[in-house]
Parts: sequence; C-alpha cells; structure tokens
Amino acid sequence: MTSDQFLQYIFSGITTGSVYALTAMGFTLVFNATQIINFSQGQLVMLGGMTAVALHGLGLPLWACFIGAVVVVMVVCVIFERIAIRPLLQKGVLAQIIATVGASFVFETAAMLIWGRNAVGLPAFSGEKPIPVGGAALAPQTLWVVGATAVIVVGLFFFYRRSLFGKAVRACAVDPTSARLQGISYSRVVVFSFALTGAISAAAGVLITPISFMSYHSGSLLGLKGFAAATLGGLGNPVGAVVGGFVLGIVEALGVGVISAGYKDAIAFVILLLVLFIRPAGILGARVVNRQ
Amino acid sequence: MGSYLRKHAGYLVFAVVVMTIPAYLSDAYYLSILAFMATKFMMAMGLSLLLGQAGQISLGQAGFVGIGAYGAAILTTKVGLDPWLAMLIAALLSATIAGLIGMPTLRLKGYYLAMATLGVNEIIYILIVQLKDLTNGTDGITGIPSLAIGGLDLGGPKAYHLVAWGVALLMLRFALNLSRSRVGRSLRALHRSEPAAQSLGVDTSYRKVQVFMLAAVFASIAGSFDAYYMNFVSPDSYTITFSIILITGVIIGGLGTVWGALWGTLAIVILPELLKRVNEDITNLVFGVLLIAIMVLWQGRSRGLWQTIRARRPGGSGGGAAPPGAEE
Repeated sequence: MTSDQFLQYIFSGITTGSVYALTAMGFTLVFNATQIINFSQGQLVMLGGMTAVALHGLGLPLWACFIGAVVVVMVVCVIFERIAIRPLLQKGVLAQIIATVGASFVFETAAMLIWGRNAVGLPAFSGEKPIPVGGAALAPQTLWVVGATAVIVVGLFFFYRRSLFGKAVRACAVDPTSARLQGISYSRVVVFSFALTGAISAAAGVLITPISFMSYHSGSLLGLKGFAAATLGGLGNPVGAVVGGFVLGIVEALGVGVISAGYKDAIAFVILLLVLFIRPAGILGARVVNRQ
Repeated sequence: MGSYLRKHAGYLVFAVVVMTIPAYLSDAYYLSILAFMATKFMMAMGLSLLLGQAGQISLGQAGFVGIGAYGAAILTTKVGLDPWLAMLIAALLSATIAGLIGMPTLRLKGYYLAMATLGVNEIIYILIVQLKDLTNGTDGITGIPSLAIGGLDLGGPKAYHLVAWGVALLMLRFALNLSRSRVGRSLRALHRSEPAAQSLGVDTSYRKVQVFMLAAVFASIAGSFDAYYMNFVSPDSYTITFSIILITGVIIGGLGTVWGALWGTLAIVILPELLKRVNEDITNLVFGVLLIAIMVLWQGRSRGLWQTIRARRPGGSGGGAAPPGAEE
C-alpha cells in the first residue's frame, strides 16, 4: 500500500466513520434515556436516506430534502416511542429486544412496499469534482459528511452540558427515579431522546446516500455497525460513540485495502466480538458494564 | 405403564398422528410443506429452550442452520463423507462456535448476545458468499446426496418424512424432559432472577452457554436435513431475516413450554401461505407488527399470541397461574 493509497483509505474511513459515529450516537441517546438497545436504529438511518431520495424525486432542492427527511423520521420516532417503547419501559430486556427487532422488520418492509427494492442515490451536495489532497482525491461530499457530523456532535455537547433540559436528560440517564423526584418529567425526556435520535439518524442517512447507495435493506448492516462502534467506544458514552465510529470506519477502510472488499462487512463484527471478549466496557468505558 | 401413558399422552398422540401421515397422504406438495415444517420445528425447539426457559435471545439461528446445511453439503460432495457423519461434524462445529460466542457474551446483559449473534449470522453469510472455492458463492452447491441407512435410500418423500419427523420427535422428547429436569428448573430460575439462582448454587453462565449450544446444534441438524432433502443449498436461506422469522414463530407460539415451538412453526409456515394471496411482500410487515403487539400486550412471561388475546378480553381467563414449563 503506497502512502497515497493509504491517505485515500483514511479519507474513505473517515467518511463512513462519520456515519457510524452518528448511528452509534443514536444508540447512545436512546440507551441513556431508557436503558433500551434499539435494534431498529439502523433502519432509522435507512428511512432518512430513502425519504430524502423520495423528496428529491418530487423536485425539491437538496436542503429541503434534508430537512424533510429529518422531520419525517423524527415524527416516525415519536410515534414509535408512543406505541412500542413506552409500554415496554418496565418489561425487561427480552421484551425490549424483541419489540425493537419487530420494529426493524416493520420499517424495512414498509420502506420496501413504498419505495421498492432498488438501491437509490442522491446527487452530491456540492458537485462530484474531487479535490486533490497530497496525491489522493477527496470527494466534496466527504467534507459535508465530516463537517455536519462535527456540527451535530458539538451541538449535542453544548446542549447536554449547558442547557437546563440537557442536564435534565443526563440526570435521567443516571437515575430516573431521583430525577423524577426533582420534578423532571421522565416521559418527556424519553420522547425527546427518541425525536433527537430520529433527527440524527435521518441526517446520517441523507449525508451518506450520495456516497453509498441506499436501499430498504441497508439499515440492518448500518445498525449492526453503529452498535459495534458504540460498544467499541463504551456503550452509553457519547464521546465513546464518536471515537468508536471513526476507529471502526478507518479500520474497516484499511481492512478493505489489506484483505479484500468482499470481507469489508465482516470486519465490524469481528471487532465487536473481540471487544466483547477482551474488554466489554469498550475503549472509553469508565462505567461498569451492566452485568446481570 | 398406565401412569406413563397418562403423563405423556399429549406427546404420544402427537407422535402417532405425525408418523402415520404418510399412510394416507401422498400429495407431493403437502408432503414437502410437512418436510420443511419438521426442520423449522427443530430450529424453533432449540430457540424455544433458549428464549422460553433461559430467557436469552439469539438473533442468529439462521447462521447455525447455514453451518449445518453447508457443512453437510461440503463434507458430502467435496470430502465424500457419509451424510450422517457430515451432519454430526457440522453440528459439532456449530456447538463450538456457539460456545465461543456464548462464553463472553452470556455473562453480559441480554442485548450483547443478541447483537453478537446478529454479527455471527452476518459473518457466516459473508463467508458462504465469499469462500467461492468451498461454497460456489451465490451459485450454491448441487448434487448433495440424500440420506440413506445401510443401502436403504431415504430420499423419497415418505421415507424422508418418517426420518425427519422421527428425529424431530426425539428432539421434542429430549427438550420436554430437559425442561422438566433439574437443568430446566435452574434455567427458569435464572430467567426469573439471576442473583437468586446463583445464590441457590446454579452456575448461571455455564447453564446459559449450555442451552445456547444446544439451540445451535438443533438448528445445525435442521439445516443438514434441509440440505439432504433438497439436494441443493444456496446462501439466500441463511440471512438474519430468517433468524428473525424464527424468533417470530417462537414468540407467536408462546414461550411457556416447548410445545409453543410447534404452534409457532405452524404459524410461520401457514401465515405466509395465507398472506401470499393478498401480497407476498407484506409477510414480514405482519410479523413485525405481531412481535411488537405481543410484547406490548404481554403481561406474564409465558404467553403466545392466543393466550395474550384471551387474557386481554374482559372475563378471559388466559393462561392461569401455572408456572411456565410445568405442564407438558
């Protein structure tokens, strides 16, 4: 592998890593609010991408497609929370896994029935002309993906650290009962976390669709990789989710260079299994992993 | 003898009914549906033990089915082994892989096993598609021999029916005995409360890994049977989607007893046939909605679809308070 190739793989790793980071962030937001792992997380990303493509097909400009997709997936998430999550908050891990797996089936099949089986794409936000960087070519869309991810992560950081409602959400993550005693509405925090997850997932989906095509079936793989990223970084740790996403993206891209593109998708799961073997708390997992 | 008959009446009646079907049914279409039901029933039984008794969930059973099918296909066509021996080796491989995944993840919360098994299912699928020298990639493997005992060919639909359902019945007997044994009681105990089970001397991690390996073996054997029945394997059957359909079956059937696996198998075989008349593509949508609905309406922990509906009806008596797995 030459240094130019190496740089090229790093670029591609950072791009997909951004999407994994956002997906992992979606897992983390829901997990911290509810202790639920949402097995339909990847399908939310898929819904974002597919909705944007559908809106673009109606002739809307790209920025409107972006906003439209974010709003649609947010609404889906709020409805999903009301119907399937709220009744399950007290029902144990097994019921939560099964219900969210069921939701993933619903989202996937609904997308297939509405938009068909074909993989679809979007035009890049600002042209396809690559920018040469030190012997490698950088697609302008990469800058959009990485830039938007940075804006979202920094925005989330300030929201959770500085705003009163953000602090209320964090209080619920630590101890819902005590948070309630302080007058925080737990159910509002949960709805809000789902809406925010929907928005971030949709954004990730719209950003990646111009680079890698989207189909009704893309969600499950994205979800698995997002979970691998979140586990790698330390489940429940938002910084870990971002770090895990980028590490996973880069390792995967280099793996394609070293091994073969056919095994690309297996790399994430090998990493997931290794993390679970060696250090289930993840890289940044200062928290104790929930043992049963 | 009399008490034995009373105790196992349900099982004996079922066994006699199933094993006499070939005597009066010759329709090739229905026999093939029953043949696939036998193997789906095997997969569902393993999953039912894991989910219903131990309260652990695997979203990757199709991966083990794939190991069973491809193990049988490769070992018979490329190595030339006897089909039964190939089935056994594939099952051992499945058990080993399940043990390796189970040991680290079953100490953690339930969703780690769920995600790890999803990942393993995905890896197995990728390997099947990519290891073209061994698996012929997406083309699949043809020319897999049928089962035979001595010189007796068991490839015909009626003979195969007897063998496949015979093995399924043995597995059912084994699973029923297991759930009523000390092992079954300790599994249900750890399902209710792991610390309590531990404090009573149950090695909970060991028990969970054991039952997970057993579920993998059931799935693997079922996969081998399918391969010998169709004489052909291709990757499409071993996706995560199929794993989730199996989960749906076990949930619809009810987790309380291993018999739930039978009702669940009926559901995942018959529902798609019915829904086909409306629109084939909505099957998974219906399955997804059922999964959510059963979980949302779930009040005990042992109920399937039928008991859930009964319990929700005013005045309905669904289920009662019998501990799950207590009755046969």
